Amino acid sequence: MKKLVSIKNVIVSLAILIGIWQLLYICSDFSSTLFPSPLQALSALKEMIDNGTLITNIATSMYRFAIGYISSVIIAVLLGLVLGRMPGVFKYVNPSVQLLRPISPTAWMPFIVLLFGIGDLPAIVIIFIAAFFPVLLSTVSAVRNIDPIYIKVSENFGIKQPQLMWKVIFPAAFPQIANGIHLALGTAWIFLVAGEMVGAQSGLGYQIIDARNNVRADILLATIIVIGLIGLLLDTILKIIEKRIPGYVGGDKR
Amino acid sequence: MKIEIKEAGKTYIENGQEFTALKDVNLDIEEGEFICLLGPSGCGKSTLLNAIAGFAPVNHGSIKIDGKEVEKPSEKNVTIFQNYGLLPWRNVSKNVELGLESKKISKEERKKIANRYIELVGLKDYKKSYPRQLSGGMQQRVAIARALAVNPDILFMDEPFAALDAITRMKLQDDILDICKKEKKTIIFVTHDIEEAVYLADRIVVMTPNPGKVKSIVKVPIKHFRERTGDDFLMVRDKIFELFNLKTDNYIEYNI
Ligand SMILES: Nc1ncnc2c1ncn2[C@@H]1O[C@H](COP(=O)(O)OP(=O)(O)O)[C@@H](O)[C@H]1O
Ligand SMILES: [Mg+2]
Repeated sequence: MKKLVSIKNVIVSLAILIGIWQLLYICSDFSSTLFPSPLQALSALKEMIDNGTLITNIATSMYRFAIGYISSVIIAVLLGLVLGRMPGVFKYVNPSVQLLRPISPTAWMPFIVLLFGIGDLPAIVIIFIAAFFPVLLSTVSAVRNIDPIYIKVSENFGIKQPQLMWKVIFPAAFPQIANGIHLALGTAWIFLVAGEMVGAQSGLGYQIIDARNNVRADILLATIIVIGLIGLLLDTILKIIEKRIPGYVGGDKR
Repeated sequence: MKIEIKEAGKTYIENGQEFTALKDVNLDIEEGEFICLLGPSGCGKSTLLNAIAGFAPVNHGSIKIDGKEVEKPSEKNVTIFQNYGLLPWRNVSKNVELGLESKKISKEERKKIANRYIELVGLKDYKKSYPRQLSGGMQQRVAIARALAVNPDILFMDEPFAALDAITRMKLQDDILDICKKEKKTIIFVTHDIEEAVYLADRIVVMTPNPGKVKSIVKVPIKHFRERTGDDFLMVRDKIFELFNLKTDNYIEYNI
């Protein structure tokens, strides 16, 4: 029942969005080549599916995203777990992190292109940077915030490193770490497109630039919709995974 | 097993000022004794317990277990806390197995031991439940099973039943006495509840604050599973009331 209601919410919400688009299309006096209708975007989408460019570009983007995001999460979590347990060291690391964190990952873009040229790497690096700091900082604070009673109990039962880390500290900190990983997913996806617009000759971000160069606003908008849908899909998948993890506070496992 | 506490004291430095949480404690505890540390909050009960358990050793005098100075926690002495300290991501079985995992025993053996103690505390039907699905009393039973599973010599309990309702608390008091008889443990039990101390203890260590120290040690010469309304029970309780200056006729005397 709950699921049905939420499906209804999604359909109504999207219908309103498309309705507004259609309304703007009717009221504005841009030519339809520059500002296409939802229907035109849909047929552009079909065209891209039929000639295979969409699938190729999605595959390219997903490959870069997976490598950048997963490697970033793994490194940031491991580093965060260690730094969270070493407040003395973190005191010296934190100022640098706070300096680097507010820099938009796109600001690094020209520098990365200079170093590595155009291709997969710039997009991967951008995603890596975009996910890295939120995950690192949420992991550090998660580890620092775990209830000291867990440490006391482990000490009492003679649980030492590395068991202490993966049996107690990581699971205790996990809900907050997962929160950071989840937030970083959205951020990283946003910056993938930015990265591909500047540093690549393929992928969904490049497809937007390519569509602009060819004055194909219908393809451009269709691509934007695809980017939004994939972002939504990734978020949903992560939510499903989180629900399956025992003891995860966000899930209502009973 | 024997615990010897000599001139034990603990000071904390707070805002540059020295604060005495515990002063000049002398106490010997024999194997198999049930000791209650009783006193109002802030009198240093937890400080003393944590010092004997090794979480925060004293900085004056000495505390020895079996002739060895206490420096850090040991698997031979397990502490049970007021808020249970269960791992919420592990079910009951896995929580009870926690302490066994750092021992060199097979998985099957571990399961067998855990099952035995889960049954002992009456949670046979909840092996697969997670802590948040259990009531406070049941969670504390899990913590007790987890502690017993590693077969410790001493159980330290810091106000273990303080968060439970009166009826659950009385049931658990009986259960812990039962377990104590069956498993022959030395128990050091912190409480601020006078009746609880009189019901459970072989000896009650009466403590007073500012600075935390032992005021008196009261023997309870009544066989266990005591009648809470019996004459001898009330007599011991009265004696404790007197030590805390809680007896009404004291006030009357002052007023005259
Ligand atoms: N880590 C600490 N640092 C400073 N003061 C502390 C610390 N732990 C306890 N105290 C102080 O020591 C006194 C005794 O505390 P505690 O042993 O917890 O009392 P009780 O368990 O009897 O309520 C209290 O006044 C408390 O504020
Ligand atoms: Mg206390």
